[in-house]
Amino acid sequence: MSNLVEIQGLVLRFYTYEGVVKALEGVKLNLIDGETLGVVGETGCGKTMTALSILDLIPPPGKIESGQIFFKGKEKTIDLLEQKEAFLRGIRGKDISMIFQEPGSALNPVYTVEEQISEVFMLHRREELTVAAIEAIERDAESARGGLRSFIYGIQRRIYRKMLKNPRSLSLRFLSRIPVVNRYKRRLRKEAKKESINILRQMEIPDPERVADMYPHELSGGMQQRVVIAMALACNPTLLIADEPTTSLDVTVQAQILDLIKKLKETFKSSIIYITHDLGVVAETCDRVAVMYAGNVVEVADVIEIFKNPLHPYTKGLIESIPRPGKDFKSIKGTVPSLINPPPGCRFNPRCPKAMEKCSNVKPETIEVKKKHFVSCHLY
Amino acid sequence: MGVGSRLREFRRSMGPTIRELRFSISRIKKSPLSIMGLAIIAFYACLALLAPVLAPPVPPPMGKDDPFMMWKDINIPARERVIPHPPSSVHPFGTTEGSYDIFYGCIWGTITAFRVGFLVVVGSLAIGLFIGSIAGYYGGIIDEIIMRFTDIIFAFPALILAMALIVALGRNLDNVMLALVLVGWPGYTRVIRGEILRVRSEDYVEAAKAVGCSDLRIIVKHVMPNSIYAILIMASLDIGAIVLYAAALSFLGLGAPTGYSDWGQLIAMSRNYIYANISSPMKYWYVYTIPGIFIFTFVLGWNLLGDAFRDILDPTMRRR
Amino acid sequence: MGTLLETVRLRKYYPIKGGVFKRKVSDVKAVDEVSVNIAKGECFGLVGESGCGKTTYGKTIIRLLKPTSGHIYFDVPSDAREKIAELEKSSHGSRKLKKIRKQYDLTMFGGRKLKPLRKRMQIVYQDPSKSLDPRQLVKNIVEEPLKVQGLGKGAERRERVLEILGKVGLTERSLYRYPHEFSGGQRQRIAIARALAPNPEFVVLDEPTSAVDVSVRAQLLNLFQELRKDMGLTYLFISHDLSVVECISDRVAVMYVGKLVELAPTIEIFKKPLHPYSIALMSSIPIPDPTAKRNRIILKGDVPSPVNPPPGCRFNPRCHMAIDLCRKEEPELKEVSKGHFVACHLVKG
Repeated sequence: MSNLVEIQGLVLRFYTYEGVVKALEGVKLNLIDGETLGVVGETGCGKTMTALSILDLIPPPGKIESGQIFFKGKEKTIDLLEQKEAFLRGIRGKDISMIFQEPGSALNPVYTVEEQISEVFMLHRREELTVAAIEAIERDAESARGGLRSFIYGIQRRIYRKMLKNPRSLSLRFLSRIPVVNRYKRRLRKEAKKESINILRQMEIPDPERVADMYPHELSGGMQQRVVIAMALACNPTLLIADEPTTSLDVTVQAQILDLIKKLKETFKSSIIYITHDLGVVAETCDRVAVMYAGNVVEVADVIEIFKNPLHPYTKGLIESIPRPGKDFKSIKGTVPSLINPPPGCRFNPRCPKAMEKCSNVKPETIEVKKKHFVSCHLY
Repeated sequence: MGVGSRLREFRRSMGPTIRELRFSISRIKKSPLSIMGLAIIAFYACLALLAPVLAPPVPPPMGKDDPFMMWKDINIPARERVIPHPPSSVHPFGTTEGSYDIFYGCIWGTITAFRVGFLVVVGSLAIGLFIGSIAGYYGGIIDEIIMRFTDIIFAFPALILAMALIVALGRNLDNVMLALVLVGWPGYTRVIRGEILRVRSEDYVEAAKAVGCSDLRIIVKHVMPNSIYAILIMASLDIGAIVLYAAALSFLGLGAPTGYSDWGQLIAMSRNYIYANISSPMKYWYVYTIPGIFIFTFVLGWNLLGDAFRDILDPTMRRR
Repeated sequence: MGTLLETVRLRKYYPIKGGVFKRKVSDVKAVDEVSVNIAKGECFGLVGESGCGKTTYGKTIIRLLKPTSGHIYFDVPSDAREKIAELEKSSHGSRKLKKIRKQYDLTMFGGRKLKPLRKRMQIVYQDPSKSLDPRQLVKNIVEEPLKVQGLGKGAERRERVLEILGKVGLTERSLYRYPHEFSGGQRQRIAIARALAPNPEFVVLDEPTSAVDVSVRAQLLNLFQELRKDMGLTYLFISHDLSVVECISDRVAVMYVGKLVELAPTIEIFKKPLHPYSIALMSSIPIPDPTAKRNRIILKGDVPSPVNPPPGCRFNPRCHMAIDLCRKEEPELKEVSKGHFVACHLVKG
């Protein structure tokens, strides 16, 4: 089982008015091919930033200071942080996709559902669409009988063949700007629309033809999130990053979406990084779990192991703070520290019930305490 | 409570305001255009304050009793008084038609510009605030009526409506200001109404109702402070626009009486000398260029300042 | 323990205006005939998904919204309530009915009569960053209810503010700060302090822990329990987070598209829910134990809109046990065992 993604020593800083926010301090994480990795933590622990770093979508004033993110491509493994923007654009949406928390804000309100999904197809799957378009032209040309129609089809066929051979040729770019002539692009859009409806059907959306022509605000939260997932899975990515996809949804809709994601994982065979703060969801969907606190990964283990035998005091605190009927609520005392002046040494030490002298001076190393169970704590 | 503890209380209560102020100042310092705007306006403010020193009023018979009236140079022989004279040691900016001193007119015109700008904006703002809050907070039929009324005023081009009003009211500077206020208040009404509609549906306004606050208290203490920024930005951008309108009206002869120190007046007096003759067309450049530069930079300064205000006060952009 | 607050067939409809003359076309039936009894000192949980009307219900019973019809009784003796019910059944005596309603029924109260009641009923909102005025200092935010209600003078008010801030776990240093200088959990505490400043009897908690972190959630829940004991409060705890409701409430009511479908003591409703919707709801809670078995009932379709609810039982299109009767007749809320009410044709007493 090889690693699909390996993050080493990722350091991320935000330069703001109040000071330098040390958002990520040497994050080390890896994702095995084909698994669902859960990243758990509270607000401000850096899980979303880690995901955005993989895609190099960190908003300014953030800057990645150092670190490497290795991604196993088809031929070789590359360091994503070393790549140029043009290369990353080719990867985003195609090999690595992301689903965000608020589906309502992730969808553009002035375009229909189908237009937005087609956009993904047009960007990354142009060749296949062109081939499909050529086939459609052949079919039309056969059934056409006379003069003008065959002539038009002939021209369209030539244009599309050219698109297949040399998509960026000058003559094509010129033709696409002339008002009446550029109607040839309609065929491409039609093929894209067919694919979009197809993928909507795979998302278990009832009546996909009707839904495709609707605008995002006409859909419920659950449907919107399905559309976003459709956009993400359109090009069959190897890695899917899901950033709290069900947090803003109702609990019955959440059950539907989690069920859907499980089914889709079988069909699409993507690896998933699932970011959430809900331990119940983690227990349901993930194979391995990484717990983050204040910019560091504090514990990584298999899902059954981490619930049965949590080692890091923070993980223990999280699991204990799950409300259980009949018992008192146990909470972790204190609050998440400010990342501008984080506590020295282990960042959890002010709130840790088992803090020792060493904890406020030296940052703990990550140790493999048991097989495949890593902790970053001085107790071990 | 003793005096000492009261003082401490006061200082502590000012704490957060000072912190916010520091943040605003640092934002201003980061933007060079804002600093430029601030500098221009500061410069003009100094000019206005130091006007009596820089351009001392000249007593009769050359000047008039009112220091705002420009003085005529009667040392120039009567025949030549009509045409402008180029800048000289006596007249740093030259004289305009009728041998009025341009330098004097420009310096004292600064005070006029500030006066017109502030009074008109404050007037429109006050009316707009009052009417806009009522329309926004109460909604319903009151809102509808007020909005239709503002629609009627918006239907007319601002300058033409102002001209009609001045012709009806009489031709002097006070009526110019009144006309501009009457033309300008709907803009403020709209903006404040929009802001109030936005704030009205916020949770904290509803929470204030839950506590038992009266409508008036909610408007004054909760809604106003949160919607005031849009208006402040609009007001600072507007001062420049108002000065331009006033200058245009003066140019058309509907403003201040002849001889009043007003930049628009000066440009009006230069009307016949914009193009001198074929051999030297720009012979009398100083008559229109210099007042023009004053108007231009004054309006530019307020525009930049308004932009600066918007950048630092816009709550969505504020929180980094 | 007597009843502190009762609603009888409470309705809140929002009219939809359409057409050229903006006539009323139909209604959004946000709250439809909800009758509930909240006892003094209890924590009453109200659950349901988004759009079911629970927040609207919470806001209507403290008269932040004007009800369309129905009765709300706050601390009204039972004989008065019975009298009103009697007078309603008999068609005559309508003037007497009106008079007695004006005295006791919250739905008939106007602004002036409501003001003194406001200090007895309060609300804590879901998102503290929206429910606190960003331009007011914490001191003014917490002091406002006291000022408006005329409780105490300058120095007394200040003391009370400090006292209540101490109760929610904030120090004097937070007085002269703006809300945005605090974390989410602390802001929610400020909102709680504001609600408790006038010493109310009844507090509506509208999803108070949804917008805060998991570790802070437990702190806030502990705080709610403490304050309830300390100040003798009665809560209406609205939430869509079932695990939280399970731990803090004494009784739970489930709402679906404006209607109450089940009402029972907490232990019963979580162990043995009877209404098909409640069953699906309870089964969809993610269990934080990877080895546990899950018997999930995945509902098909989406929550219907309260503008055009399906005829008959509102849950029938998605119900896996629906029979013909469900599509025609709306079931009534019946007591099927002691203290356990269900609105379903298929559940018999």
